Amino acid sequence: MEIKDLTKHFPVYERGIILKRRLGDVHAVDQVSFDIQEGETFGLVGESGCGKTTLARCLLYLEIPTSGSIFFNGKNITQIFKRGNRSQVLALRRQMQYIFQNPYSSLDPRMTVADIIMEPFEVHRHIPHAQWLDRMYELLRMVGLEDYHAERYPHEFSGGQRQRICIARALAVDPKFIAADEPVASLDVSVRAQILNLLRDLQQKLGLTYLYISHDLSTVRHICHRVAVMYLGKIVELADTEELFEHPLHPYTVALMSAIPIPDPKHKTHRIILPGEVPSAINPPPACRFHPRCPRRIDICSKVEPPLIEVRPGHWLACYNPWPSKQVAS
Amino acid sequence: MPDSVLRVENLRTYFFTYAGIVKAVDGISLDVNKGETLGVVGESGSGKTVTAQSILRIVPSPGRIVDGTIEFEGKNLLKLSEQQMQRIRGKEIAYVFQDPTTTLDPVYKVGDQLSEVIMRHHNISKKDALAKATDLLRNVEIPDPEIRINQYPHELSGGTKQRIAIARALSCDPTLILADEPTTALDVTIQAQILDLLKELKNRLNLSMVLITHDMGIVADVCDRVTVLYAGQVCETGTVEQVFEEPKHPYTEALLTSVPSLALRKEKLSVIPGNVPNLIQPPSGCRFHPRCAYAQQICIDKVPEFEPIGDGRWVHCHRWKELDLKSPVAS
Repeated sequence: MEIKDLTKHFPVYERGIILKRRLGDVHAVDQVSFDIQEGETFGLVGESGCGKTTLARCLLYLEIPTSGSIFFNGKNITQIFKRGNRSQVLALRRQMQYIFQNPYSSLDPRMTVADIIMEPFEVHRHIPHAQWLDRMYELLRMVGLEDYHAERYPHEFSGGQRQRICIARALAVDPKFIAADEPVASLDVSVRAQILNLLRDLQQKLGLTYLYISHDLSTVRHICHRVAVMYLGKIVELADTEELFEHPLHPYTVALMSAIPIPDPKHKTHRIILPGEVPSAINPPPACRFHPRCPRRIDICSKVEPPLIEVRPGHWLACYNPWPSKQVAS
Repeated sequence: MPDSVLRVENLRTYFFTYAGIVKAVDGISLDVNKGETLGVVGESGSGKTVTAQSILRIVPSPGRIVDGTIEFEGKNLLKLSEQQMQRIRGKEIAYVFQDPTTTLDPVYKVGDQLSEVIMRHHNISKKDALAKATDLLRNVEIPDPEIRINQYPHELSGGTKQRIAIARALSCDPTLILADEPTTALDVTIQAQILDLLKELKNRLNLSMVLITHDMGIVADVCDRVTVLYAGQVCETGTVEQVFEEPKHPYTEALLTSVPSLALRKEKLSVIPGNVPNLIQPPSGCRFHPRCAYAQQICIDKVPEFEPIGDGRWVHCHRWKELDLKSPVAS
């Protein structure tokens, strides 16, 4: 999958008596380019409001991108979604699925688990009706649920089990690519490990490609192969997981890592406290969007926007004055 | 016992629902010493919040405290009248809630909300109360307190709102602060700011604090001692160093090894099987036994004693003596 200059702006209106006045745009995602290799887990990290979710929704055309293009296996999918007929669009949808953040609101409370998992069969009609039940049970077992769960309703399940149902539903159409939007954020800590291990096992068994969105760097480190760090709609740093965690270069990445409390009382973190808060995405700061909070800003940061360039093999960075050496909390 | 500020003993708070009696807190004991931060860790449903609510006697209906003692500076809070209790709430013991967006009243200005607490407990004029509120905001490092005081909560960000909630908790110089997951609703960089602020305030004002959280990292960072809860009961209590380096309860060990960590990368996470139990019909014997890797017949048959094991530590497990539990921190 390849993403080129993807941009998504949400217009903001002020409602007048007769006319609406356009106040400006929320620059949710701004000129973002990257690629995801087949079979890898690509992590997308950032704080709330940085555009992670919007970006993922654009990739699956759940939001219509303002501009830019998305290529999936060499095909421009924005064109297919815009102009293609229903069967072309469905064929594409079968390859790309989404796991939502909150398993409490993404399952219809009035449908049984069997109905939920078989609904994709009904929409896509990609397997013969006679096999529906067998396939449904197969999916249930694949995500670690039992056959008797099929007759039950979502409210009878715990958060972890619901997330398993969501995963089974996503797998129902044999997708190649799954965007997982904070799949463990709303789960208890003791259940998180189960779901993370399940996602990893499924990837190995089925050769899936994941886009894993999270604000939690520790789970990202655990399951991702490559990671991109986003700040206010821009990718500021992108590298292999090990490279990023061992040699973070962007001051924002370094601050983000140092902010995470380490479960070890002896560990003394040199915590970098960022002043202030994430600015509004309606009027993002000019040039480098991080410069008002950056501890290493220099003159040019507020004048010219830093381009995302490859500073080391596979390590992309958008910063003029990167963090000097390895002095981070990992 | 060195200057104990708060002592909770054998607290039982049950919720009487149509489906049955939910034993949300079932025999919890903990104590907080002067100037100390006690971490209370547990998953959702382990009874952390209900314990804190019980201490202030604000357990929502149909919940009721059915047994136990809560001793605060020598007074048993459960024996006080509602009127006496009102003088303690907000003044002696203050509460910082989890979600700053819902704990501030949207129709009152920040200054009004702060001065309301101050005027409730002190006999001073509105003008003086507002001046004190401005000082409080400066105290929690909010820039431009004179402007903020005239703003409504919706004009502020989550981090600022939580700072205001903390300022409100500090407004009557309390002895004890109950902070219920004060950073869960915030982003990590803002969480770092708030944790720093709490540490700094605690040292400067010599506060005692109960910090409720589910994040072992926050405990290691902020707390002096820690009490681990599971399904309404205490697993173990000890200093942070003791519990992290030599966990004595299998649940603590499992909690430490199953959480992915930045510093300790593993190929596959170890997993606690199963789910948090239903508290209407909790498991027999030790409540952790269905998920415990070391469970034996005795754990199913008999409820373990909550016993002291020296160095001020307490453990709630039949087999703590024979088990050699490993902590990922020690290695």
